[in-house]
Amino acid sequence: MPRATSDAKLLIQSLGKAYAATPTNLKIIDLYVVFAVATALIQVAYMGLVGSFPFNSFLSGVLSCIGTAVLAVCLRIQVNKDNKEFKDLPPERAFADFVLCNLVLHLVIMNFLG
Amino acid sequence: MAGRRPAPAALLLLLLAASFAPISSAVRPVSDAHRSAAAELFAPSADGSFGDLESTYEAVRTFQILGLENYKSLSGKACKFAAENLASPGSTAKDLFHAVRISGALGCGVDAGVYDGVVATLKAVIKDTNSLLEFYYSVGGLLSIKEQGHNVVLSDAESTFHAIKALSQSDGRWRYDTNSAESSTFAAGIALEALAGIVSLADAEIDSSMMAVVKNDIMKLFDTIKSYDDGTFYFDEKHVDATEYKGPIMTSASVVRGVTSFAAVVSGKLNIPGEKILGLAKFFLGIGLPGSAKDCFNQIESLSFLENNRVFVPLILSLPSKVFSLTSKDQLKVEVTTVFGSASPSLKVNLVQVLGSDSKVITNENKELQYDLDNNVHYLDIAPLKIDVGKYSIVFEISLQEPEHETVYVTGGRNTESVIVTGLIKVNKAEIGISDNDAGTVESVQKLDLLKDTKVSLSANHLQKLRLSFQLTTPLGHTFKPHQVFLKLKHESKVEHLFVVPGSARQFKIVLDFLGLVEKFYYLSGRYDLELAVGDAAMENSFLRSLGHLDLDLPEAPEKAPRPPAQAVDPFSKFGPKAEIAHIFRAPEKRPPKELSLAFTGLTLLPFIGFLIGLMRLGVNLKNFPSLPGPAAFASLFHAGVGAVLLLYVLFWLKLDLFTTLKYLGFLVIFLVFVGHRTLSYLSSVSTKQKTA
Repeated sequence: MPRATSDAKLLIQSLGKAYAATPTNLKIIDLYVVFAVATALIQVAYMGLVGSFPFNSFLSGVLSCIGTAVLAVCLRIQVNKDNKEFKDLPPERAFADFVLCNLVLHLVIMNFLG
Repeated sequence: MAGRRPAPAALLLLLLAASFAPISSAVRPVSDAHRSAAAELFAPSADGSFGDLESTYEAVRTFQILGLENYKSLSGKACKFAAENLASPGSTAKDLFHAVRISGALGCGVDAGVYDGVVATLKAVIKDTNSLLEFYYSVGGLLSIKEQGHNVVLSDAESTFHAIKALSQSDGRWRYDTNSAESSTFAAGIALEALAGIVSLADAEIDSSMMAVVKNDIMKLFDTIKSYDDGTFYFDEKHVDATEYKGPIMTSASVVRGVTSFAAVVSGKLNIPGEKILGLAKFFLGIGLPGSAKDCFNQIESLSFLENNRVFVPLILSLPSKVFSLTSKDQLKVEVTTVFGSASPSLKVNLVQVLGSDSKVITNENKELQYDLDNNVHYLDIAPLKIDVGKYSIVFEISLQEPEHETVYVTGGRNTESVIVTGLIKVNKAEIGISDNDAGTVESVQKLDLLKDTKVSLSANHLQKLRLSFQLTTPLGHTFKPHQVFLKLKHESKVEHLFVVPGSARQFKIVLDFLGLVEKFYYLSGRYDLELAVGDAAMENSFLRSLGHLDLDLPEAPEKAPRPPAQAVDPFSKFGPKAEIAHIFRAPEKRPPKELSLAFTGLTLLPFIGFLIGLMRLGVNLKNFPSLPGPAAFASLFHAGVGAVLLLYVLFWLKLDLFTTLKYLGFLVIFLVFVGHRTLSYLSSVSTKQKTA
């Protein structure tokens, strides 16, 4: 098994090295996604602990986090220069889409929050 | 058990009382009952006054007509009150009118000088006004002063007469003033009274053609009279929603006052049908004891005008008692009096017809009632009429003996009165027994005496029948069918069963087949008390008898048999307060402890802090933020706009509704799109420049 552990260690190290080369703006988006998902997880843990009584509040809280995470992933796809598909799309335009979608998402979330 | 006894007896009495009630409210002349009612309604307040001038006059006048002495003690106060108003320069014609009439009714001594001033004031009002009420008050005041012995003459009577007449309408009703479009029956009454007053006050004869026109108006007014189908007539406004609506009592009273006053001053007789005058008298007497002081005054004063008027004096036929007992050989007594109960002129009363309760003619024999001069009563023995017990309508015919009275009095010819004839009902051939279902077996029959409580003791099982039969005969030997014939079986456990005993032409007979009744009896075996109730309004010996008891042997109750209902301990307890209804609300959801929730709220902030730390580790900076003042301003505005939208969302969550939010959001989004486009296109151009550079 020590070989497998060292293999895994090697794999993670290479992954870390490769990720270090990622542009900073993509790293920011990644961090944002991790932040959103972590917040959602905390809410799910709370729900598991005390029950889902104001179910709409729970749903809107979790879906707000998941939704914004998904939107951030979409933004990351469009901003990434390695994706030739979105070569012609300026990142500013992608960011504008991200802001607009977030505003619409949160309008619905607020309406549902109760 | 003894405690339950009064309930059915009380019920029986209640039913008897209810069956008497409708016919006891018939027309009777004014009596002492009216006097005590009036004394109660016009009770002076603690300081001895009757309220305002109008109420004081109404009280004083009512007491005067009814001959009540108790107002004499209060007359000093009322006179002073009237004198104050007479002397006051600020008094209106209405105040003066009532004050003068109070003085007249009480005989207060008023200085001639004061009256001279009042006369001058009222004459000035007459000269200037065109309102019917002002005319009425002024003329009424002047007339009352004249009646108190002062010399009052209206010099321009003819023109005043014309001024009032000008307000009349083609249908006999009057308007209140020249500007008003509404015409009113009440106004017609006061106009006629005012015209009569002018005729009395005039220094010269009023043009007889004008009088004839007014007479004609009265005819037309009486064409609008309304009636009930029992011969009662009354006046009411055509449109009850009119602004000055007074109600039928005040309207009728006004017309009666006006017409009788006018009839008193006009030469010749008014051509009004006598039945309408009689109908009006019946209307006012039919009120019975009035409920308010105003109604009392109008009723009593109108009747006093009808009591002695030049059109027709109504004579009222009434019965002192409406219940006649065959047992005590009551006489049928009839009074014919004026509305105030004074004796009528000599006349004959004939009984012409007796109708049964179903309008069947019992007898058409014409019998003259004898006259008892001392008591002013016409009477007839009812025994020779061969009338049985029951309810009847008796038709009387009144005929005046002196032909010249025909033009003075009105009797209405035929009068119908409903009466009850009561008597002792004989109960015969009462038998009770138990028989077996197959007819062959011998019955055990016992004779009963229903005139007293009996104590039979019977026993039966569910295959047998209980038979009860008896006969009811009237004093004349006919079968009598009372309103109520009930047999009651009461179990030891107080479960009761009530059966109606059906009656045939010969007898009343009930057969209780216990086989068909076991379910209704809830399979309750044991001792049942038997009670028989026979009652009717015309039956003098209505009874509720205990017959004895019955031991009933019923089969065991099967599984699904209905349970007997729970018996209330006290029959009146069902009218007591009901148990409080407890409302059940949805149980609140279980909520976590507050600390836990707050801890998790803090916990959700942790990823955000992690996010900020991560950003710092990545070395994020704001170097890309535009440095030129124009783009920098747009960039700041863009961020402020996004912040504003988020703030709006928070407000939406806290207090705004969706529509308000969307309204503000619309403005914010337009702004945001504009500044966002400027900012991002600037950033875009900078980055492309960098790339190309």
